[in-house]
Amino acid sequence: MLHALDRKLLRDVWRLKAQALAISLVLACGVAIFLTGLGMVRALDATLEDYYNRQHFAHVFASARRAPVSLLLDVEAIDGVQAAEARVVGSVVLDLADRSAPAAGRIISLPDTGPTLNVPLLVSGRFPSDTARNEVVVTERFAAANGFHPGDRFAAIADGKRLNLTITGTVRSPEFIYTLPPGGLMPDDSGYAIIWMPHTATAGVFGMSGAFNDLTVKLRRDAHRQAVIDEIDRLLTPWGGVGAHERDLQMSHAFMQAELDQLRNMSAVLPPILFGVTAFLVNMVLGRIVTLERSEIGLLKALGYRDSEIAMHYLMLATLVAALGVCLGWAAGAWLSSGMSHLYAKFFDFPWLVQPHAIDVYAIAGLIGLASAGIGALRAAWAAAALAPAVAMSPPAPPAFRRGALDAISDWLRLPQTAMMVLRGLLRWPLRAAFTSLGLSLGVAILVASNFMLDSLDAVIDTAFFKSNRQHATLALANERPLSAVDDARHLPGVLAVEPQFDLPVTMSVGPREKKLAISARTPGGDLARTLNVDEQPIALPEKGVLLSATLAEHLDVQPGDQVRVTLSGLRKGEMILPVAAVTQQYIGIGAYMRLDSLAAHLGEAPRVTSLNLWIDANALPDLQSALKTMPALATSVMLTDVRKSFQDTISENVRINTVLFLTISVLITIGVAYNGARIQLSERARELASLRILGFTRAEVSTILLGETALLAVMAQPIGWLIGAWIAWAMMAGFDSDLYRIPLVLTPQNFASASLVTLAAVTAAALLVRRRLDKADLIAVLKTRE
Amino acid sequence: MSVKRATQDIPAFRTRGITKIYGGRGTAEVRALDGVDLDLPEGELVVLLGPSGSGKSTLLNILGGLDHASSGQAWFRDQDLTAMTDRQLTRYRRDNVGFVFQFYNLVASLTARENVALVTDVAPDPMRPEDALALVGLQDRQDHFPAQMSGGEQQRVAIARAIAKRPGVLLCDEPTGALDSRTGTAVLAALEDVNTRFGTTTLVITHNAGIRKMAHRVIRFQDGRVVEIKENKTRIRAHEVTW
Repeated sequence: MLHALDRKLLRDVWRLKAQALAISLVLACGVAIFLTGLGMVRALDATLEDYYNRQHFAHVFASARRAPVSLLLDVEAIDGVQAAEARVVGSVVLDLADRSAPAAGRIISLPDTGPTLNVPLLVSGRFPSDTARNEVVVTERFAAANGFHPGDRFAAIADGKRLNLTITGTVRSPEFIYTLPPGGLMPDDSGYAIIWMPHTATAGVFGMSGAFNDLTVKLRRDAHRQAVIDEIDRLLTPWGGVGAHERDLQMSHAFMQAELDQLRNMSAVLPPILFGVTAFLVNMVLGRIVTLERSEIGLLKALGYRDSEIAMHYLMLATLVAALGVCLGWAAGAWLSSGMSHLYAKFFDFPWLVQPHAIDVYAIAGLIGLASAGIGALRAAWAAAALAPAVAMSPPAPPAFRRGALDAISDWLRLPQTAMMVLRGLLRWPLRAAFTSLGLSLGVAILVASNFMLDSLDAVIDTAFFKSNRQHATLALANERPLSAVDDARHLPGVLAVEPQFDLPVTMSVGPREKKLAISARTPGGDLARTLNVDEQPIALPEKGVLLSATLAEHLDVQPGDQVRVTLSGLRKGEMILPVAAVTQQYIGIGAYMRLDSLAAHLGEAPRVTSLNLWIDANALPDLQSALKTMPALATSVMLTDVRKSFQDTISENVRINTVLFLTISVLITIGVAYNGARIQLSERARELASLRILGFTRAEVSTILLGETALLAVMAQPIGWLIGAWIAWAMMAGFDSDLYRIPLVLTPQNFASASLVTLAAVTAAALLVRRRLDKADLIAVLKTRE
Repeated sequence: MSVKRATQDIPAFRTRGITKIYGGRGTAEVRALDGVDLDLPEGELVVLLGPSGSGKSTLLNILGGLDHASSGQAWFRDQDLTAMTDRQLTRYRRDNVGFVFQFYNLVASLTARENVALVTDVAPDPMRPEDALALVGLQDRQDHFPAQMSGGEQQRVAIARAIAKRPGVLLCDEPTGALDSRTGTAVLAALEDVNTRFGTTTLVITHNAGIRKMAHRVIRFQDGRVVEIKENKTRIRAHEVTW
């Protein structure tokens, strides 16, 4: 049997259903995002650890020009090395029968004794036999995207040699959970393949018998990582080593960590905002209920209910609202998590997804949800418990107002009395007004931040593809070539203009700060690949010295006029001291740029070319593509229009998901705050508003007073929201700042305007819902009751 | 001060067969008013007496434009109240009616003068708020907020607010119901003063039988009907009313 007090509780919740739902939805949003964020972080972490352990993912990666296999013994002997594997790795152009555009691939050798590190996981078929010359396994995604099955064949061109390869199986690899083709910004499953081939055959193709050019190392737990890396560098340097690095610079791993960081940021920023808004709303609504039920509280106490029972009664009210929010949040979180898993399965190549004990994540999310509502309810519950019964049963004193500075101003402005009611209401409860305005401004801020991402990525695309890299295609050559390669390329079908580029791997340092990168040298006056100054205007390559991208200049802590030390890696030896001529704007990757003739003079050799930037006649594209398929000197070709398109497609899909998510959060917060605020206004002012109606004020005039306060707070919330939004945008920009990419702080008037329009529309909708209640209010009944 | 007054031959209020039924359709039907015929001349102070539920408040609400009758007709001067829409009733209240309730219903966030100004801001030919407050003896309290005044003072502000628009009629529902005798007397004196000075037709609902001796006319209600109408030959002054 339900106690009478429990019945009251249930009826109260039912009576407050609209307000309770508005609060529950805000809380549900917080619980869902917390659940999804934390759940996915743990799932990804656990999956990576499991996958890495099972497939023996290496800790250190290094490459060299050509090192003798015997060097592997020296590497294995380094203190802290558990296992090392020497591989031959090379780039190939693929000639796929059903694809007009050339595809690219990377061949990795499988040690004759079978791989012990970065072991590919067989999905279908079998591994090639050690002695087979043309058998390979390929990534499952590449096979699936091109409809390949074990037994199918395709052609690859490596170092000018055409290989007819037979697929014996498909695999996944912990090294290639996320794979970008050379020059690409997004994965390209059909156009880029990772290919594993037996060691002997691979060495034969790339002329590496008895040698290797790629080294992976697994460390012991107690290894001194930097010491091992230094020792590997020392061993490899004579053989053209370009510097060993840990997992943080391994592309697939770096992208996974970036994704994890983003998830962690999302779960660290959004849920606390939503939980905070929930606590505020519960506090506001429950505070009003306790005021309204003053005499009932007095009666209950007179009947002998204990203070604790009454406090518990109101805490339970908050708990029921929170319980609804938590349940909705769990459901939404489960749905969101499954959506995220699908999204991850699309971008990342996992063999499985480990879902570690989700129950405790659900429990934590639920507890935080209940706690935030409980904290919000504490003040009201305490107030109810503290009311003395005799005081409670007499009507409350009318709220005290005082004339202040505002009155002098309003007298001077000759404000109407209705405006005074609105203004004094705000000043009477300044804290509540401030929190309401803050709550509404968070709705604005979330939209500003979400719009910012869109605008910022637009700016990245505009800078990267329309101002900076304007070439239609880039051909990466398998080996360095003399400048005559430019003329060869000019004779390819459909090529209208060619500009050469020479990429030189170096270590750039200033004092203790250093960075491994490639200097890109180009001919002066180039019109395709251009460098931009910080104002994004084209800037000429300096006759002497080097241009550094802003991120690189910041990392090295140099300004124009300073000097950087450049240590050559690979087969070239030596050092150069170069002045920094200027800093360039670049959002994707880092870069250093020189004139080709200036770099050649420093190196003391004739200018050479590693890649060619092309301007193409679109009509002749098919002819060019078929010519490229058989071009011997080519390592890969990158169609920048395709890169841009896949980048834009991916962004627009992510943006759509994000827009829906952030719009939902923003609208829920705004409606939750505005609706509850206006309902409390209505409850507090019901009597005054009814009086005004009886005095002859029209519905519209009375609504103006009721909604005026909400409108004023909403308007005040806009600039605050813009500021908070701009701050979140700035924090996001700072958070994204890495060597992989960074984003510009783009805050447009349109962004602010659309954020404000959306939130003001949500406020209006909430206000209209409350106005409907006002229209239905029984004037006489209100006035005949004692407050 | 000008006095708003219609021609003497048309009564201020006239009702014919006015009936108000609450409930019905499944719930028990309550006849709050059951065919009331009344003629209330201009300028009188009328007291409505009767037990709770006898129909006096219902009549006051219909005459004040707060409620619609179920059947019958009611006129304010030559205007048919029973034919008016909600919007027209709002207009009617705004231009012609002053209300005083038992619970003063002042706006807590406005001072006495501002509470009165609420009405004078929208009325076609109002007094100055200061003058209205002076009429009820509150010229020194006009910058006080409701919380800073006694119950009697608050009720006098409510009366000042009701008369400031120079209403054709003043409708008072238990104006002294929440007051002690001393402050109650002051409120009655204010009502009496308005009635005699401006000739404002004033209807007062009360449970206090003493007040009826102040009235020109006393109407007694029972079970939704008028059971007695009595005209006082001699009237006492407000300060003579005993409680």
